[in-house]
Amino acid sequence: MLKYILRRIAYAIPIALSVSVVCFMLVHIAPGDPIDAIVPPDTPKDVVEQVRKDYGLDKPLPIQYAVWLGHVLQGDLGRSIATRRPVAGDLILAARKTFVLALTAAMFGFAIGIFLGSLAAFFKGTWIDRLAVSFAVGGVSVPHYWLGMVMVIFFSVLMNVFPAMGAGPGDWQWDWQHIQYLILPALTLSCTPIGLLTRTVRGIVSEILNQDFVTTLRGKGLRNRTMMLHVVKNAAPTILAVMGLQLGYLMGGSILVETIFSWPGTGSMLNAAIFRRDIPVIQGATLVLAMFFVMLNLIVDIMQTMIDPRIVRK
Amino acid sequence: MSTASTTSPDISGASASGPKKQQGYWAGVGSRVRRDKITLICGGILLVMFLLIVFAPWIAPYDPLQGSMARRLKPVGWQGHLLGTDELGRDMLTRLMYGGRYSWFVGITPVTIAFAIGGSLGILAGFVGGKVNMLIMRATDVFYAFPSVLLAVAISGALGPGIFNAILSMTLVFIPPLIRVSESVTTSVRNLDYVESARATGASAFTIVRVHVLPNVMGPIFVYATTLISVSMILASGLSFLGLGVKPPTPEWGMMLNTLRTAIYSQPLLATLPGICIFVTSLCFNLLSDGLRGAMDVRN
Amino acid sequence: MMTPQTLVRARNLNVKFVSRDATVHAVNGVDFDLAEREVLCILGESGSGKSVTLRAIMGLNPRAKTVMSGELKLCGEDVIAASEARMSALRGRQASMIFQEPMTALDPVFTIGRQIAETIVRHEGVSYKAAMARALELLELVQIPSAKRRLEAYPHELSGGLRQRAMIAIALSCRPKLLLADEPTTALDATVQIQILLLLRRLQQELGMGVIFVTHDLGVAGEIADRIAVMYAGRFVEEGPVRDVMRAPLHPYAQGLLGATVHAGLRGKRLTTIPGAPPDLRDLPTRCAFAPRCPMVENACRSAVPELRGPEPGRAARCIHVAQAAQAA
Repeated sequence: MLKYILRRIAYAIPIALSVSVVCFMLVHIAPGDPIDAIVPPDTPKDVVEQVRKDYGLDKPLPIQYAVWLGHVLQGDLGRSIATRRPVAGDLILAARKTFVLALTAAMFGFAIGIFLGSLAAFFKGTWIDRLAVSFAVGGVSVPHYWLGMVMVIFFSVLMNVFPAMGAGPGDWQWDWQHIQYLILPALTLSCTPIGLLTRTVRGIVSEILNQDFVTTLRGKGLRNRTMMLHVVKNAAPTILAVMGLQLGYLMGGSILVETIFSWPGTGSMLNAAIFRRDIPVIQGATLVLAMFFVMLNLIVDIMQTMIDPRIVRK
Repeated sequence: MSTASTTSPDISGASASGPKKQQGYWAGVGSRVRRDKITLICGGILLVMFLLIVFAPWIAPYDPLQGSMARRLKPVGWQGHLLGTDELGRDMLTRLMYGGRYSWFVGITPVTIAFAIGGSLGILAGFVGGKVNMLIMRATDVFYAFPSVLLAVAISGALGPGIFNAILSMTLVFIPPLIRVSESVTTSVRNLDYVESARATGASAFTIVRVHVLPNVMGPIFVYATTLISVSMILASGLSFLGLGVKPPTPEWGMMLNTLRTAIYSQPLLATLPGICIFVTSLCFNLLSDGLRGAMDVRN
Repeated sequence: MMTPQTLVRARNLNVKFVSRDATVHAVNGVDFDLAEREVLCILGESGSGKSVTLRAIMGLNPRAKTVMSGELKLCGEDVIAASEARMSALRGRQASMIFQEPMTALDPVFTIGRQIAETIVRHEGVSYKAAMARALELLELVQIPSAKRRLEAYPHELSGGLRQRAMIAIALSCRPKLLLADEPTTALDATVQIQILLLLRRLQQELGMGVIFVTHDLGVAGEIADRIAVMYAGRFVEEGPVRDVMRAPLHPYAQGLLGATVHAGLRGKRLTTIPGAPPDLRDLPTRCAFAPRCPMVENACRSAVPELRGPEPGRAARCIHVAQAAQAA
C-alpha cells in the first residue's frame, strides 16, 4: 500500500507542473505585451527593460517558464500592478479567510447532504425521497450569487439579524463577533455541496442496499447498527471523492459569493484584480488555489486507498 | 476488478441496446418522456422562454436601451411596466427578454462546442486506445486539476471581458469532462461482444465506428452534455456578473443582477428578478436532463 | 401441532411481489416439512420460485414489496407474523443461508475474519477476540488452507472456491440447525463444484444440520439430497425420495427435465428438450401451468390446477395422469 501511495504522489508531480504551466500561460494569453501585465503602465522605460531582463521576458518561452517557476518555488509570485505589494503576502491572508468560509460551508453542506441523501436512499420512492431529491435539484440549480442577494434581503435588510458585508473587524477569530459575518455567505455557498452530496449519497447508498452482500448481512441476523457500518464503509470512498472535489470547488469557486458579501478572501482579491486587469494577482491566486486542489485530490486518493482494499490491486 | 465507480457517468443507455433495436429504443424513450409530467412541464417552460427571447425584438413592449430618469426603479406592476423598471428607468420585462438572448447564447454555445470537440476527442481516445488515449487523457487530467469556476474566471480574466472570451473560457472548462465521459462510454462499448464480433468478421474501423459505436455512445454523451447546460447557464451569468461578459448597456441577466444590487434595499423583488430567470432556466434544464436520463436508462 | 424435530413447516405458502405495474405470483401454494438432519433439494429452472421460497423461509424477501400468506414456520417461529427483530435473532443462529455468487454475497471491503466474527459477536455476545479465534477454527473446518493468513484476506483476494468456503464458514459460525443453500455451486468451475458439494455433505452429516438445497442441476441434486421437490411456476409439481424421483419421475415436467440432462447411462439415447417456455407469473393460469408444453396434455388439464396425487407413500405429483393410491398421505 505504501508503494501505491508513493506512486500516487509521484503521479501528482507532473500534474502540478502542468498546472503551473497553465498558470504561467495566463500572462501570455492576455492581449498585448506580457510586460504590460507585470508592470504598471506609467513605469519608466529603463525600469521596464530591467524587469523584462529580470523575468527573462527577452528569452524564449521555456526559459521564461523556468525563471518564473524558480521565483514561484522561492515564494515569489510577483508584484501586484495595482498595489505594488508582493502578491504572495496578500494572497496568504486572503486564502486564510477563504479557507474559513469554504470549510464552514463544506462541513455544513456535507452534514446536511449526507443526512438527506441517506434518508432518501432508505426511504426510496416515498415522499421523503422525493422531497430530498427536489431539495437537491434546487441546490445544484440555484445561482448562488442570486441566493446570496436573497439572503441579504431577508436576513440583513428585512430582519436585520446578520451583517451583510465583510468579515468582521481585524483578523479572523472564532468568536460571535466574527462568526455572525460568516453565517450568510457560508449558508449561500453550501447549497451546491448540499445538492451534490444528497444526490451522490442517495445514489451510492441505494446501490449498496441493492447489492447481494446486504442480503447476506441480513441473513446473518446483524443488527441495523452493524449493517450501517458496512454501508458506510462501502460508500465512503465515493463520498470522500465528491467531498474532496466539493471543498476544492468551494475554495476556487467562492469568487461570486465573496463578491456579494464583500468577504475579504481570494475571491474578492480575484474580482478586484479582474476589474483592474491585475494579471500577476490573477495568476498567483489561480496557481495557489489550483495547487490546493491538486493536494486535496491527492489526500482523497490516499484516504480512499486506505478504506477500499481493492484499489491497490489495480 | 473495478472499484465502486458510481461517480462516473451513467452509461447504461449504451450497453443494453444493440444497433438493430435503435428505432424501438428511441420510441420507448419518447413514450417514457411523454409520461413524465415534470419533464414535460420543464420542457414547456423552456420552450416558452425560448420563444419569448427569440421574438423579443417583435414582442417586447419597450426599447431595451431607452431609459428615463423620471421612471427609475419603479416597482413590479407600475403603470404599463409589468415588471417595473431598472436603475436607469428601462423596462424590466423588455430587458429580461433581451437579456435572455445573451444568457442563453453564452450558456448553451460552450456546451455545444465542447460536445463536438470533447465528444470527438473522447470517442477517438476510447476507440483507438493506446498512446493516443494516454495523450488525450493525461491532457484532460491537467484541466481536471483546476476547480471549474476558477479556471473559467482565470482564463476569462486574463483574456479580458467580452462575449467571445467568456464563451472561449467556458468551452475550455467543459471539454475535459466531456472527453472523460465519452472516453469511458466508448471504451465500454468497444469491449462489447458484438463489436468484437464485427471486428472478427473483418469490418473496417470506420464501419465499426459508424455502425456499432456512434449510435450507442451518442445518447449517453448527449445526455451528459445536457446536464452541463444548467451549470453553464449559471457560470455564464456568473461571469457577466463579474463584468467578464457583455458590456453595458447591453442587457444580460447576470450583469443586470449585478447592476441592480444597489436596489436591494429599495426594490428587493425587482433586484432579484434576473436571478429568478437564471434559477428557473437552470432548474428546468436540470430537471429536463434528469428526465431524459431516466427515460434513456433501459434498466427502468 | 408440530413435532419438535420439524425445522420448517410450510402449508399453502404463497408469496407475491406487488408493485405499481404488476403483481408477480412467485410462490403459489407450497406444502412441505423439513425434519432435522434431512436434506431436501428443490429443483427447478430459473423463475420457478425456488429461490423465493428459500428466502421466504428466512424472511429475506424485500419487506415492502412482498406479500406472504398461508403458514410458514421456521424452528417454531411464525415467519409471516414475526417482527423483523425476532427474525433477525433467528437468522444466522438457527438458520443460515449461502448464495450462488460468493463474490457479490461477501462484503468487498471487510476481511473474511471480520465477516465471520461479527455474526458470532451478534448472536453469542462474546468478545471480538474470542470470535476471531472461532473464525479461525471455522476456516479450518471448511478446509481453507493457511487459514490464519486468510482471516485477514479480503474477498477479492480469494479464488471462487475459497470464497464459497468462506461463505459456508460464515453460515456455520453459530452452528445453525438449518442451512439454506441457494445454488451454491452454480457459479463455480466443475472441479470446484464437486469439492464444495462433498464439503457440504460432510458438514451436514458431522454437524447434523437440516439442509434445503436449491438447484437447477439434477446431478447436484442426486449427489446430496434425501428428498427432491420439483418446482414449476411457483408450485411443487413433484415430490419424493431422491432415488425414486430420479429413477421414475411421475410428472411430465420432471420426466422432461431428466430427458434433457446429460448423465451417465444415457449413452446412445437421444437427449430430449422441453418445448416452449415457463408461464408468465404476472398472469397466473388457472389450469395446469405445464399444460402448454406438455406432450401428454388433454382437455381435462385445462380446466383446473391439478391436486397433488400420491401413488405411493412419500411420493406425490400434480398431474391428472398420476394414479391416486388409496392410502396416499
